[in-house]
Amino acid sequence: MSTMRLTLKVWRQASPEAKGEFRTYPVEADEHMSFLEMLDVVNEGLIAAGEEPIAFDHDCREGICGSCGMMINGKAHGPRAATTACQLHMRSFKDGDHILIEPFRASAFPVIRDLVVDRSSFDRIIQAGGYVSVGTGAAPDGNAILVPKEMAERAMDAAQCIGCGACVAACPNASAMLFTAAKVSHLAMLPQGQPERHRRVLGMVEQMDSEGFGGCTNFAECEAACPKQISIENIARMNRDFLKASLREREETGAGAVSN
Amino acid sequence: MNAIIGLWRSTIGKKIAMSLTGLLLVGFLISHMISNVLVFVDGASLDLYGAWLRGFGPLLWIPRLILLGAVVIHIAAAYQLSALARAGRGGSYRDHDRPASTYASRTMRWGGVLILVFIIFHILHYTVGIIHPDFRVGEVGRNLVRGMESKPVALFYLVSMIALGAHFLHGIWSVFQTLGINHPTWNRWRRGIAIGLTVLVAGGFASIPAAALLGWLR
Repeated sequence: MSTMRLTLKVWRQASPEAKGEFRTYPVEADEHMSFLEMLDVVNEGLIAAGEEPIAFDHDCREGICGSCGMMINGKAHGPRAATTACQLHMRSFKDGDHILIEPFRASAFPVIRDLVVDRSSFDRIIQAGGYVSVGTGAAPDGNAILVPKEMAERAMDAAQCIGCGACVAACPNASAMLFTAAKVSHLAMLPQGQPERHRRVLGMVEQMDSEGFGGCTNFAECEAACPKQISIENIARMNRDFLKASLREREETGAGAVSN
Repeated sequence: MNAIIGLWRSTIGKKIAMSLTGLLLVGFLISHMISNVLVFVDGASLDLYGAWLRGFGPLLWIPRLILLGAVVIHIAAAYQLSALARAGRGGSYRDHDRPASTYASRTMRWGGVLILVFIIFHILHYTVGIIHPDFRVGEVGRNLVRGMESKPVALFYLVSMIALGAHFLHGIWSVFQTLGINHPTWNRWRRGIAIGLTVLVAGGFASIPAAALLGWLR
């Protein structure tokens, strides 16, 4: 066990309307603690002293739920590549370090309190098309729909997205293109996603734009920040699908008209 | 028509418009650069080229208006996307590390503004001729050399061509991504083509003010 003394500078904001500010907290941490456990230690001290603990989102703490996420020293999820804040360990820091902790910032991610931001804009993008329709009734035969192995793997690479919002946080334009592209792509690469393919991309992009995210200018900061290493290849695929769907869309001629 | 309007309303559609107009302008600049470096052959061949262009008479306004339209669409999309990005970012970070973006990609907006200022200056300088010390219609080669005799003007041309190079470097790579051209087998060509066209076009243009500053242009 080796302990380290750190100085945290944390964004504190009591409510969405409140004017936030940075506050400094000294903390003694163990190198084997996760970053969130280190914050837990700070909070225990704050509670014992009768102060408000630092609010931050977390759930699974094993890097798959997408709840946690904060800017740590200017990087979404901190200094380690392909690692969520909960899977980041204090051994990535050294004794005497100063750590700056800020919430993800974007107009579409308003701060609720301290480091907690409202990411329901992502949920609305999913609702606008991030699903496939399936028949109810008896379960279909297994392997009735053939999926080539390499396509399944590439779809899975896109489906790794946990919706944490690091892409938006890292993007200078606060664009949600990588998130939306991952969700569009993982269904577009599978046979089950084909019937709604064009409607999906049109609906999700429209929702993405209306949530107030910025556009993509190909900085590729999203790809560098993504804890699941989602590739910007997905953005190119979404652009391609969006262009194709836009050009092929037909005027609605009555009930049941489809977009492709 | 609805499809075009629908595309323009989306951020992706605006980027597609920027990439297509950008490609058109790149095409123009390749031909413009090739004709300009004729000055290294001799002034007379540049005069011949100018005479050939003027031979089209009023028809020359067709490509001119197409290019003007491309510039207007390119800038309108850039302006709207910049405004959307600024609004989307909301507050700024105390610390924001940007390891992936490049100098070229970060200077697209201000570099673009500089290029616009340059285009206006350049047209007044060599096409209209009102800010040229001694402009003579038809004497293209001579006008070019005389116009470059002022060191600040030559330096402004050189700096503008460096900005154009940075704009090309990110812009051309960006065209592939925006138009959905991304495949692991071919991706290394995207950077290669961007670098190649940057060196060819921006380098070709920059060689003229650079030669003038070194006293090699006569």
